[in-house]
Amino acid sequence: MSATRRRFLVAGAGLGVALIVRPAAATPEELAAAIAAYTGGAKVSPGRVSLDIAKLVDNGNTVPVVVSVVSPMTPSDHVKAIAIFNERNPERDVARFALGPRAGRAKVETRIRLATSQKVTAVATMSDGSFWSDTVDVVVVLAACLEGDI
Amino acid sequence: MARAIVTVTQTAKRGDVIEIRTLIGHPMETGFRVTGEGARIPRDLIRKLTCRYNGDIVFGAEFFPAIAANPFVAFHTIATESGTLSLTWEGDNGFAQTETVAIRVT
Repeated sequence: MSATRRRFLVAGAGLGVALIVRPAAATPEELAAAIAAYTGGAKVSPGRVSLDIAKLVDNGNTVPVVVSVVSPMTPSDHVKAIAIFNERNPERDVARFALGPRAGRAKVETRIRLATSQKVTAVATMSDGSFWSDTVDVVVVLAACLEGDI
Repeated sequence: MARAIVTVTQTAKRGDVIEIRTLIGHPMETGFRVTGEGARIPRDLIRKLTCRYNGDIVFGAEFFPAIAANPFVAFHTIATESGTLSLTWEGDNGFAQTETVAIRVT
C-alpha cells in the first residue's frame, strides 16, 4: 500500500515538474499562422511595441487595450499599421489599425472581447518593412458570451 | 442612426498631437452566439472606421468580432490646420454613419 502511495506521490511530483517545465513562450500554431499570414512570413521581433492590457480580466466582454509603439512618426520612419491577434477566440483577428506620419503618436486604444484565458499579441508594421510585437498572457474570469467549445 | 460620441479638443496649436476618442452604439453581434432555441444569431458588425482630416485619411481601423459591443477607439493626429474631422463607420447590413467635428488650429 505504501508503495502505491509512494508511486502516486512520485507521479504527482513529476506532473508538477512537467507543468513548470512547459515553455512559457510556446505560441500555438494557429496564432503563429495568423501572424505569419499578416506579415507575409516576415520575421517579427519582440520589442518596440507595448501592449497594455490587464493580466487579470474580470469581464471578457469589454477588455480595454492600449497599444503604443516607439517611433518618431516622421514621414521617413513611422508606424504603418498595428494589428491585434488573440489565441483562443473563435477568430484569431481582433482589430487592425492603419496609421501614418500624420498620426503624430503611434498609440491606439480600444476595447476587445476575450472568450477565455489566452495570449494576446500586438504586431506593428514599420515604414521600413520591419515587424515588431508584444504578447501578454491574460487570465479571464468571466468569458465573453459564447456557446459550445472554445 | 446609432448614437456616436466623438471627443476631440476644439482648439489646438499647430503641430500639436491631439487625441480623438470615438464611441458608437452598436451590438457588434459576433455570429457565434445562439438563442435559447438553438438558432444562430446572425452576424452584425461594424467593419471599418475611417477618420478624414479635411478630406485626407489620417487613420483607419478594421474591426473583427472580437471588438467589444459599442466600439471604442482612441487615436492621435497632428493638428495641421483648422477644419473638420470626419469619422465614418461602415458595417454589415448597410450600416454607415458619419460624424463630423470642427477643430480650430491656431
